Amino acid sequence: MSGSWTILFAILTPLLGAVVIGSLTKIPNLRETASLVAALITLCLTASLIPTVLEGGRPAFRLLELLPGFTIRFQLEPLGLGFALIASALWFITTIFSIGYMRSKNYSDQTRFYIFFALAITATIGAAFAANLLTLYIFYEALTLATYPLVTHKGTSKDRAGGRIYITILLGTSLTFLLAAIAWTWSITGTVAFVDGGIFMDGNTLIDGVTPGQLAVILTLFVFGTGKAALMPFHHWLPAAMVAPTPVSALLHAVAVVKLGVFTILKISIYIFGIGTFSQLDIGQFILYIAATTLIVSAIIAIREDNIKRRLAYSTISQLSYIVIAAIIANSLTLLAGGIHIAIHAFSKITLFFCAGVILVSLNITKISELNGIGRKMPITMTSWVIASFCVIGIPLTGGFWSKWYLAQGALEANNLIITGIILLGSLLAFAYLIPPAVSSFFGNAKDQFFENKPKNMAEAPLPMLGAIVFTAIMSVALFFLVPAISTLLQGIEGLG
Amino acid sequence: MIESHLPALQVLIPLICAPLCLLFNNGRIAGILSIAAIWCSFLLAIFLFNQTLVVGQIFYEFGGWTAPYGIEYRIDIINGFVLLLVAGISAVIFPYSLKISIKEIYREQLHLFYALSNLLVAGLFGIIITGDIFNVFVFLEISSLASYALVSLGRDPYATTSAFRYLILGTIGATFILIGVGLIYATTGTLNMADIAVRVQGQFHNKAILAAFAFLTVGIGLKAALFPLHSWLPGAYSTAPTAVAALLAATSTKVSIYLFLRFVFLFGPAFIYQDLPLSEAITILALMGILVGSATALYQSDIKKILAYSSVAHVGYIILGIGLGDILGLTGSIVHIFNHAIAKCAAFMAVGCLVYRIGSSNINDIEGIGKRMPWTMAAFVVASLSLIGIPLTAGFIGKWYLVISAFEQGWWWVLLSLLLAGSLSVIYLWRIIEKAYFSDSNPQPLTVKEPPLLMLVPLLMVAAASIYFGISTTFSAGIAAQGAAAILGVSL
Repeated sequence: MSGSWTILFAILTPLLGAVVIGSLTKIPNLRETASLVAALITLCLTASLIPTVLEGGRPAFRLLELLPGFTIRFQLEPLGLGFALIASALWFITTIFSIGYMRSKNYSDQTRFYIFFALAITATIGAAFAANLLTLYIFYEALTLATYPLVTHKGTSKDRAGGRIYITILLGTSLTFLLAAIAWTWSITGTVAFVDGGIFMDGNTLIDGVTPGQLAVILTLFVFGTGKAALMPFHHWLPAAMVAPTPVSALLHAVAVVKLGVFTILKISIYIFGIGTFSQLDIGQFILYIAATTLIVSAIIAIREDNIKRRLAYSTISQLSYIVIAAIIANSLTLLAGGIHIAIHAFSKITLFFCAGVILVSLNITKISELNGIGRKMPITMTSWVIASFCVIGIPLTGGFWSKWYLAQGALEANNLIITGIILLGSLLAFAYLIPPAVSSFFGNAKDQFFENKPKNMAEAPLPMLGAIVFTAIMSVALFFLVPAISTLLQGIEGLG
Repeated sequence: MIESHLPALQVLIPLICAPLCLLFNNGRIAGILSIAAIWCSFLLAIFLFNQTLVVGQIFYEFGGWTAPYGIEYRIDIINGFVLLLVAGISAVIFPYSLKISIKEIYREQLHLFYALSNLLVAGLFGIIITGDIFNVFVFLEISSLASYALVSLGRDPYATTSAFRYLILGTIGATFILIGVGLIYATTGTLNMADIAVRVQGQFHNKAILAAFAFLTVGIGLKAALFPLHSWLPGAYSTAPTAVAALLAATSTKVSIYLFLRFVFLFGPAFIYQDLPLSEAITILALMGILVGSATALYQSDIKKILAYSSVAHVGYIILGIGLGDILGLTGSIVHIFNHAIAKCAAFMAVGCLVYRIGSSNINDIEGIGKRMPWTMAAFVVASLSLIGIPLTAGFIGKWYLVISAFEQGWWWVLLSLLLAGSLSVIYLWRIIEKAYFSDSNPQPLTVKEPPLLMLVPLLMVAAASIYFGISTTFSAGIAAQGAAAILGVSL
């Protein structure tokens, strides 16, 4: 099977890229080229797997056996492939953006930055193709470790404090709850493999040796153990990690970290518990309402937050809860919505972060309250902000519409009016925290001092950064038309068709 | 002919090397001699271990006196495994110590350091392979006395205080063990372990046997630094020369725990798990050790102290496996003896490299050292990840077995404390890593650079081993599972 080798190469390419980047410390241009080439190769390799998965092929690759029956194994499946595609595509775009950002901010240790970026992508692609919980867990932890030096890149005491919260919460939750959940699953079922229909269910009945009550506890452990999904009360690392350079925030929010969190929860919902298990046994209620609370509370915090990046961080926490809700209601509509929302949120949120980064680089502004009037200076950037905001909110003709639509429909199908209401309320709140800054940036009165210092010329960002923003903003709209294709891909999952 | 005497040679080589070191009265010659001796021992240990894999058990009768009357050496798969570990670790630390000891030990005492290290190793080898309980006590005293003296070699003003404290508590432990041995001899009339295991059956109503069991448990618990008998350990590890700390952390406590396994299971699993509440008792102590050790480590500012308290916690992990008492728990216990020894050895060796260059192991003095000593700190990070128990490092394997075992038994409180301790270890180890890599105030002067290759190469070897044994587990976990099955008398 050639597909299985493609999987392995897709994982190894970023790793190899990291090595090459490390050897090119002295030649920055070549170093960044290596980064871009590695990203492009990874993207091509993952894209070449699309036909296979559409034909129903599920090639696998067994790397090694850690303990008897406990293997590191990769397998192609639709959700993972979709995630790998998003990660590798956004790695390419983020690298372009980073070149502009890191150079104009004149950061030190840029080689280290690109090395760990590539390592983070290795971990992400590895997790995307994981064929069992162990493999996923290994790459999940690896991603935390690989992103830590990126978060603390500047190394000041403020960065270190943020990094400390980051590593403690992410490693702490996964070492405590996630490991417990995996071990419990293993001790009940004797397997940790991702299987169509779940491993706790035998057809429509629960397997021996486990009660619905225990399953509810296991689910809770899984969800809280996946700290990367940023469910309250384990969400604090995300705003704390905002000390990082903007490309890293983009990596955290759009490309890899939080996406891996919700991807893990979706995988567990589909392949460990099985589609429909939650509603059949009625065990998801607790997590469902935790997620709903997180959705609303973090959106309200976002409205009150004045720092641009922190506002976006709380917005991410809110948006992630949509995917957790999707994974818990777990009917075919919501799971589809969850998968789509990973892609939607990736492109729209990365646009917003790029905008925040550009505003910081060009005008040295970090606060929402200082945005007044800058839309007239940076029309392209702020227009992209508006488009991406529409996408996050879920306004039709942007991709975001579909995920909210499917999710609301799925919630209605599950007869859960409260959740349906919360989904709609969340969108309204998203409007409230994303659109007013854009409005005031176009129509607000700028501070006099600002116009004195910067005469009437434009203040747009350097070309590579602007290009990245425009591309992702266009993608946010293009996804409206691409969603049917994504749906076709995801419907390859057994039970979603 | 010589082949049949190899088990005796295992002990004799370092035992003879020790007085030779004294005779030469020169640190350098003593060092080179010791390295030659320890590598011979290591090769011998490999050979013997391979033999046990082929023939199962190796018997050796000292002086030709047959078993129940004379002293018998008996090497099976479990003690062959521990033997290999101790010999291997020592074989790496001895060359490493050549450079660092010059900085940490007074020149005129350098040959003493090698003489004592040889005695320590000889004692440990003896404890591991002998099949006679009085002989165990003799070797235990040899190794213990050597360790007290080794700790006192440190230049730290508190080294002698720590050594004295270690001496007092260690002697109490040894006395308890001697009383236990005496009581067993009085009731069963034999000192041979295999013989005792047979004769002790059916005697469990005998108060003397119960008393012997209690004395042995407490005595060995003291030597192994089982909570609450651990108070000698942090002081001894943090004030001793770093090479000594690495050696003691990786071998001495591990051998004591091995001894615990040996002695406890002389009485048979049925007695200790069903007739006695040993399981509950040592599980609680182990958990207290894990939590108290981890929590105390949070507040230390000396890296050696942090590692020492982490050792208290990890002794808890290993003892916990014995407390859990099923095959998974015991497998976890044995495999963690091996894996933790490697990780802790690497961590101490890395600290030694820091001490060699900057003369301090205080957490505030290492700011920004990651830039100057990248390989050393990389090794320290690997060792830390293994101590935390991140998958694909050695530390994960034992922890996984313990967690699974706790699930099988349904011991929720055990599980919770176990996993919580993992998170605590992230906090106390990450403080060090963060300081080493990121600093805003005073970066290290340019004179600070990587340690000499003679230190760096052994360090990297041990660090690589803690990744290797996290990925390839057929050897370590496989042997541990066989050993656990043999101890419990069940088949795999």
